[in-house]
Amino acid sequence: MAEFKKADSMLEWFDQRLGVVNFMKVMMTEYWIPKNINFLWAMGVLLTMLFTMLLVSGIFLLMYYKPDVNMAFDSVNYTIMQEVAYGWLFRHIHAVGASVVFLVIYIHMFTGIYYGSYKKGREMIWISGMLLFVLFSAEGFSGYMLPWGQMSYWAAYVITEIFGGIPFIGDELVVWIRGNFYVADATLTRFFMLHVLLIPLAILGAIVFHFYSLRFPHVNNEEGEFFDFHEESEKYLAGNKKESKVIPFWPVFLSKDVFVMGVFLIFFFYLVFFHYGFAMDPINFDKADGLKTPAHIYPEWYFLWSYEVLRGWFFEIAGISGKDLGLMAFGFANIIFVLLPWLDRSPIVKPANQRPMFKYWFWIMIADLMVLTEFGKLPPTGPNAWVGFGASLTFLVLFIALPFITKIEAKKAGGK
Amino acid sequence: MDESRRGFIGKAFGAVAAAGGVASLIAMKKTWDPLPSVMSAGFTTVDVSGLEANKLEIAVWRGKPVFILKYTEDMKPTDGRSVKVGDHYYSVMIGLCTHLGCIPGYEGDKKMFKCACHGGEYSADGVNTFGPPPRPLDIPPFKIDGQTLVLGEEGPEYKKMTAKA
Amino acid sequence: MKEFKILAVIMALVGITYYGIEPYAHSVMHPEVAEADFTFKDLKNVDTSLAGNAENGKVLVEANCIACHAIEAAGYPAVMPNADAAASYGVVPPDLSHAGRVYDKNYLANFIFDPVSAMHLQHKYAPDSGKAFPMPSYNWMSAQDIMDIVAYFQSIVPKMTEYKAQHKATFETACGRCHNMKYAGLEATTPADVIKEHMGATPPDLSQYIKSRGEHYLHSFINDPQVLLKGTSMPRVGLTEEAQKEVIAYMEEIGDSKKAERETLGLWVMAYMVVFAFLAYMWKRKIWKEVH
Repeated sequence: MAEFKKADSMLEWFDQRLGVVNFMKVMMTEYWIPKNINFLWAMGVLLTMLFTMLLVSGIFLLMYYKPDVNMAFDSVNYTIMQEVAYGWLFRHIHAVGASVVFLVIYIHMFTGIYYGSYKKGREMIWISGMLLFVLFSAEGFSGYMLPWGQMSYWAAYVITEIFGGIPFIGDELVVWIRGNFYVADATLTRFFMLHVLLIPLAILGAIVFHFYSLRFPHVNNEEGEFFDFHEESEKYLAGNKKESKVIPFWPVFLSKDVFVMGVFLIFFFYLVFFHYGFAMDPINFDKADGLKTPAHIYPEWYFLWSYEVLRGWFFEIAGISGKDLGLMAFGFANIIFVLLPWLDRSPIVKPANQRPMFKYWFWIMIADLMVLTEFGKLPPTGPNAWVGFGASLTFLVLFIALPFITKIEAKKAGGK
Repeated sequence: MDESRRGFIGKAFGAVAAAGGVASLIAMKKTWDPLPSVMSAGFTTVDVSGLEANKLEIAVWRGKPVFILKYTEDMKPTDGRSVKVGDHYYSVMIGLCTHLGCIPGYEGDKKMFKCACHGGEYSADGVNTFGPPPRPLDIPPFKIDGQTLVLGEEGPEYKKMTAKA
Repeated sequence: MKEFKILAVIMALVGITYYGIEPYAHSVMHPEVAEADFTFKDLKNVDTSLAGNAENGKVLVEANCIACHAIEAAGYPAVMPNADAAASYGVVPPDLSHAGRVYDKNYLANFIFDPVSAMHLQHKYAPDSGKAFPMPSYNWMSAQDIMDIVAYFQSIVPKMTEYKAQHKATFETACGRCHNMKYAGLEATTPADVIKEHMGATPPDLSQYIKSRGEHYLHSFINDPQVLLKGTSMPRVGLTEEAQKEVIAYMEEIGDSKKAERETLGLWVMAYMVVFAFLAYMWKRKIWKEVH
């Protein structure tokens, strides 16, 4: 056993037993972040805050929610929304939070793409981030089922039906996933388990890994500049704060984050209290009815681009049916972002506006995703169907072209 | 200048943040409160007009058994414990042993209650006479309305009883 | 400066996307319909300018209406239990105590004259359909007699002092024979299997309809269901604008009872966040002064 002398203060007592002084240095006061960053660097903390709000509001919803097809709808819309003190507030925070978290995820993700924060040693950060995106998507999808409204039911039905497209095992797989031939009580309870236990645990693990993977290559900066973190941190610790290129996580980095958070929360709570229809679709206030599909059916906004890639293919090409083409394109679209570090053949880490060809690729991709999102919502009739098809095709072409574009860009830059 | 100014703003900000945290905790505490439908359902009405003397009647109030025992002619009412409804006296008591909560049984021939769990005994008016029970059987709030008792509501007779004790 | 530019770009892109998938998309899915008509100007069979004589109306109502209709306010109870009435007529005939208040005068007069066309249910009770509406039409009555009946109904409307009770009464009069409202503890007065048979489909429970349909939709829908749901079995009920507002207010009391609390608390929370953000900014500035 190590020798323990009498501690002179409470801090020393804890430090002897838990190493808190060093822990605070490593995690906070001597965790170095570049100084040349903008408010987009606060998105990570914003996501942590939103996830915490989802977790806490979820805990209170869990006290009153009943995962049973006969009781779910009323447990939400009567008990929680109208009987439980502040039940409506926790539900609104949970629903709006779940929608807004994807807005921040996308901003966070596209910031990473813009500044090249996925390559040159940062691949694991990117991959764990994409894993978090997939986990949050699964969490959102499973959660949406729980109120057991019309959208809950039909979203679950349509999305589980997709697996029927897998060759040979498709039909059996769908029944296995659902636990029944149709979306029934068995489906609800297992999605409840996923939403409340398994996926949150996986998310917590992935977040820890995501934070861990950040430490080695260090956080990126606005210029993509490489500098010696050790040298710069020495300058800061010596008192040369203005010249140092780094700042400590606490209090400097977090003080700006907290301000960004404060402004964000004004907007967030405006949505929670006054403008929440986009996150709590009116159609879902109709109880689930397996014998009646709503006239207009669509997923939550953050799935629309992906949904349009799936259904944008409405005619046969080269002997493959539109449905199968869509399925393949959908599979491609959901994997391809993960491979970004290897599709970008240029080793240059610079913001997009300083990369002559990538900057066009980036903004065309953003525009394409916006078009896909819009047309994923509109009824796919007439000219809408063609625009949707064009946008889906563009998406594939963009990612297939990326390796070539970036290779050319790298060569030009190397030749300079 | 820096330290004290930063110190003041830091403290002010910290205080405002803490206030928000406290407000959130208060809201969370209220979310745990029993629902309005639970609180409003806390009343039970019992019609005592048809009861047989010395035969224990058990009503349910807030999920608990309530003993209602009509006295025979020779049973003497206890001041501050027995309830007069019309021309008869009754014991109205929560049927949970004040020791550890088991439900005592009534022995009509001996006119007493006996608890099987640890041997506690009470007289017909609910006063603890033997064994571990620390106090008499609790009397629930009640209101007399003609020949009915409304358990859960504090009527004037109940108020008088509890004032005496 | 640079950060404001970045924020502006993000707000623009998010704003455009939001506009496209919310206001615009919803306007495509739910195109605007004609304004609600509370004068029911398509109904012109009775001269409603005639002054009605309530006393004569009373005589006529006693002779023609109370065989099927209860009028609690005038001392006429239901002739038979609801289940039996439903079995006889397919639906429970309404109690007429509040009819003079909630139904528009022009509508009411024309309804008595010809119920099916007033309700816009000609598609359901077409002559060759073999179906007959349970209430006969009184097109043989003189316009004066019909206006007398209307005047009588207007004279017997019970005075209600508490507005919430009045909202409920209007709802029960206009909607309660066919629609359940679970969250209010209300069951349709017509038994479920009978109303399903009579209507062709079960009228939906209205507990959350204020949330799933919204005030704007309900405003148009109740005034004339055929405009938004062509071919529906639901009759146009002929509510005045005031009565319709009461129905919607009641639906809100039952379906969105926390609205007032939500809107009040929302302002306080937003104000708090403004104070929070301001102090956070001051603190951030102090800290960053040393490193800039």
